[in-house]
Amino acid sequence: MQYSEKVMDHFAHPRNVGEIEDASGVGTVGNATCGDIMQMFLKIENDVIVDAKFKTFGCGAAIATSSMATELIKGKSVSEALELTNKAVVEALDGLPPIKIHCSVLAEEAVRAALADYYKKIGREIDFEVPEKDEEACHIIPEE
Amino acid sequence: MENRFVYADNAATTPVSKEVVEAMTPYLTDFWGNPSSMYSKGREARRGLDEARETVAAALGCAPNEVYFTSCGTEADNWAVKGGARYMRDKKGRTHVVTSKIEHPAVLRSCEALEREGFTVTYVNVKPNGVVDMNEMKNAITDDTAIVAVMLANNEIGTIQPIAEIAKLAHERGALMFTDAVQAVGAIRVDVGELGVDMLSLSGHKLNAPKGVGALYVKKGVRIAKFLDGGGQERMMRSGTENVAGIVGLATAIKSAVERLPDMERVRKMRDRLAGFILGNISHTIYNGDPDLRLPGNLNISFEYIEGESLLLLLDLAGICISTGSACSSNSLEPSHVLLALGLPAEKAHGSMRVSLSHLNTDEDVDYIIEKLPPIVARLRAMSPIYPGDDKQ
Repeated sequence: MQYSEKVMDHFAHPRNVGEIEDASGVGTVGNATCGDIMQMFLKIENDVIVDAKFKTFGCGAAIATSSMATELIKGKSVSEALELTNKAVVEALDGLPPIKIHCSVLAEEAVRAALADYYKKIGREIDFEVPEKDEEACHIIPEE
Repeated sequence: MENRFVYADNAATTPVSKEVVEAMTPYLTDFWGNPSSMYSKGREARRGLDEARETVAAALGCAPNEVYFTSCGTEADNWAVKGGARYMRDKKGRTHVVTSKIEHPAVLRSCEALEREGFTVTYVNVKPNGVVDMNEMKNAITDDTAIVAVMLANNEIGTIQPIAEIAKLAHERGALMFTDAVQAVGAIRVDVGELGVDMLSLSGHKLNAPKGVGALYVKKGVRIAKFLDGGGQERMMRSGTENVAGIVGLATAIKSAVERLPDMERVRKMRDRLAGFILGNISHTIYNGDPDLRLPGNLNISFEYIEGESLLLLLDLAGICISTGSACSSNSLEPSHVLLALGLPAEKAHGSMRVSLSHLNTDEDVDYIIEKLPPIVARLRAMSPIYPGDDKQ
C-alpha cells in the first residue's frame, strides 16, 4: 500500500487543523472502535463558508482527506459544499489505496454533518441526506 | 541529535549480515550444482547442505536428520500444523486441534483450513499479560486432540509461552506438540529437548539470513504427512531442489545468533530504558504484554487517542521504522487479533506501536527514538478530537 505525494503532503502538513470557537456548525462522524473520528468546524457568513477547521483521530488517509475536504469547501457557498463528494476528495488527492476509500467517505460525511448542524441552528429544514450515527459497523467500502 | 535512520522493526525482518552473504556467495558462483547429483559438482553443493544441516541441528540441540529445510517460516508452520493433524487423523482417528488466540496468521489460517476439512479447533485464550491461560489449555486438550500448536514467542507483544508445560499436557493425551519459534530463535535460548516439542519452526530472515529459507524440526520417530511430492528431497518429506545458498546462509546466521545470545542482555536493557522513558514521560500509555516473560527486544505500547498508522508514518518521516497493530496499516480493517486477545479495546489497539530491537541497535538509536517520539505523539494528540488533555507534561 502506498500513498500519493499529495496524500503524504496533506498528512504531513495538514491544512486547517484546529477548532473554531464560535462555529456556525460542527459535525462529528466515525467512531474510535473503527479507528477514525473526524470533527469538522464551519464558520458560515451569508451562506458562505468563510472558515473550516478539523480535528481527526485516524490514519494518514483520514488526516489527508479531512485536510483536503476543508480546503475544497473553504470560500464555497453552503449549496456548493453540499455537492462535495468523496470522489472529488479522492481525485484532489491524486487517488487513495482502495482500502482507504472509506476515509474519503468519512470526510464527505463530516462536511454534511457540520452543515446539518448549521441548518439546525438557524432553523432551516435539512433537505439533504445526513450521515447516520453508526456505532456498530465500521465503514467498509469493497474494492471496485 | 542529527537525523539518523533507526531500524526498530526487527520482528518484521532483518538485514542480511555480511558474513552470511560471504558464506552464501560461493554456493551461487562456484558450488552451484544440484546436491542430488552424484558427480563432483553436485557433491560440493551436497557438502554445503549437509554441513548446514549439522549447524542448524547443533543450534537447536537436535540431530541433523531431524532438520527439514523449507522455503520460509510460513511453510514450516503450514506443514507442521496440517501435516501433523492429517497424519494423526488418518492413523489415529483424531480430529481435534488446540492452538492459542495469539498465533501468527500462518498457524491460525492453517487451523481454519483444517476446520474446513472437518477438524474442530479450540482457540485457547491468553491472560491479560499475553501468556496462554494454562487452566484453559489443560481443559482444551483431550484424547481426540491430534496436535497442539502454540508459539514459543509472540511476534507482536513478544510474550514467551510455557511451551515445556504445554508439551507435557499434550503428550499426556497422546497429542503432537508443535511450536512456532520464528521470533524466538536468535533472541532467546531455544533447545528442542528442553522444550519437549515434537516440531518447531524457524525462519531465516528474522535472524539476518535472507528471505526464502526456513526450517522445521521434526523429532525422530514423529510421523507427519509429507509436504511436497516430487523428487524425494529432504528425506522424501519435502521435495524440491534445495535452496543451497539460502540454507548455508541460514546455518551461518543461526550459529552467530546463538553465539551472541549473551548480547541480548544489552538489547533488553535498551528496550527497558525506552519503555521506562515512554511510560514516565508520555501520558495515557499502555504497556502491552508481560514485561518479564517476553523477548528482550520487543516493546509494545499503546498511545491512547491516536492511531498507529499516523504514528508509523510520522516516525518514518523522522527516519524511524516501527510497526503498529492498527487496522489501518494492514490490509484488513480489523486491529491486531493479538492485542484484542489481551482484552484491549479496539480503539486502544489502533494506537499501538511495536518496537523490536536487535543486536544491531545502539544506545544512540534509543536516544533518537526518545527525542523524536514525544513531539510526534503530542502533535497527533493535538489534532485528535477525542484527546482529553495531558496530565503529565
